[in-house]
Amino acid sequence: MEPLLIKVIIVVVLFVITLLVALYATFAERKVSAIMQDRIGPNRAGPFGLLQPLADGVKMIMKEELIPALANKWLFIIGPCIALLTALMTGAVVPWGGAIKIGDQVINLQVADLNIGILYIFGVVSMGVYGIMIGGWASNNKFSLIGAIRASSQMISYEIAMGLAIIALVMTTGTLSLNEIVMQQDAGIANIAIQPLGFLIFIVCAFAETNRAPFDLPECETELIGGYHTEYSSMKLGFYLFAEYINMFISSAVIVCFYFGGYNFPFQHVFAEFFGLSSNALSIVQTFMMFGKVFFFIFFFMWVRWTIPRFRYDQLMNLGWKVLLPLALANIFITGLVMWGMGKI
Amino acid sequence: MLTNRSKQVVKREMTFMEKAYIPAIFSGMIITFKHIFMKKATVRYPEQTRPFAPVYRGQHVLKIDDAGAERCTACGLCAVACPAEAITMVAAERKKGEEHLYREEKYASIYEINMLRCIFCGLCEDACPKEAIFLTDRIVPSSFERDEFIYGKDKLVETKEHPVDVTKRQTPAVIEFKKDKKHKHNLTFLDKVTKTFNRH
Repeated sequence: MEPLLIKVIIVVVLFVITLLVALYATFAERKVSAIMQDRIGPNRAGPFGLLQPLADGVKMIMKEELIPALANKWLFIIGPCIALLTALMTGAVVPWGGAIKIGDQVINLQVADLNIGILYIFGVVSMGVYGIMIGGWASNNKFSLIGAIRASSQMISYEIAMGLAIIALVMTTGTLSLNEIVMQQDAGIANIAIQPLGFLIFIVCAFAETNRAPFDLPECETELIGGYHTEYSSMKLGFYLFAEYINMFISSAVIVCFYFGGYNFPFQHVFAEFFGLSSNALSIVQTFMMFGKVFFFIFFFMWVRWTIPRFRYDQLMNLGWKVLLPLALANIFITGLVMWGMGKI
Repeated sequence: MLTNRSKQVVKREMTFMEKAYIPAIFSGMIITFKHIFMKKATVRYPEQTRPFAPVYRGQHVLKIDDAGAERCTACGLCAVACPAEAITMVAAERKKGEEHLYREEKYASIYEINMLRCIFCGLCEDACPKEAIFLTDRIVPSSFERDEFIYGKDKLVETKEHPVDVTKRQTPAVIEFKKDKKHKHNLTFLDKVTKTFNRH
């Protein structure tokens, strides 16, 4: 097959899977919250309420499209588009499974094996701020503006700590490519064992980056009605909400790749030998493992959301600048010291 | 201090462990995780209903006797007893050949209960000397129109095909009490009525 065709297929499949996961993440969120609050949750549409996301989607599309009279019309439309676009773009560099060999062709289950994958992710994630900022500003609404300002300041502050946490990881792995980071964890030692503090900083920042509880100040319903998407309706609101769930999915995938071995799982080669799996079959099992881990982290995101109340704004900024940033710097320093001690630099 | 669970509020600086957030967050997450396995407080409503209390007072039923004739004689005691004035009726005389429809010579040609006025106190049931009206464990369904809450005989009278069980409201004690109509509850009830009339 043409390499281009294969890439197109992978892109389309990834696109569909991302949307499906985001769609069912909305459903899972409602179910998880229900179960944690001793309720049953949505169960009307289809068996166990499994068609609920479709019903929600239809509802979103059928709703009246409303653009406020004093809003900047074009920016108002561009906002959610950017949010969704950047959310979907991040998944391109994540390796979803090992290589599959068909004949003499080697297919990587990854859209693009960039050697600067980490930089790419950071670049795209920073662009996500624009979606929220433009949407909030274009709405011409005080609540939206406050939400947008909060979102942008929060995302920019936490991006620094996040980047510094990753620098320590880059120091130990010596690469910026996600594929290589995952391959290095092939032996069974996940990066979490090497970088526990870095992981902690990274996951806290990931929560802040995805604007989820306890860092959901940009859209806190109780104070800001809906924050940056107060004025949005119909599918444009749907795009914003969807972007949040896609971000959650992708950040789970990134966390898994960085710190939990990506598609690798412990004793995988022993496992493959024991069951006599070919390398292709092992790749498929690995893909399932990858998604299993990702789903666990999506659950973890929800679990945290339905446990912890929202931070106050000053607490949020204190945590970002006075705690996470020094911790991340210390982490880099300690990592450097240990590596120097081991004679790796 | 009724529950012995009140806690003294102390305004002090947080300790290091509290400031670190992580242990507190972790214990909180254990609590929410435990709730996954707990018994649900809600039920899948239309398919699954909670059991009613045996004394639950819901939508009324006008009973028929074993032969299928209406028990109500349109005496109007229920309407008089009703504190919400929800019951209206028009009495009529039984014609020849209608014996299988109405048990006694007089019957209610119109019997209406306004379910929006009704407070489901059950005094009509207390007042009825003919064991004709009972409150059941059925819920009055909601509606968009006020007219639809005025229940006529078409909705109130039970049919032979669909008998309404009122045994929960007819416990042996109740039956025993209702037997002695002259001396006990009719009298006390009439006292109630006269008191009400005197008040007005």
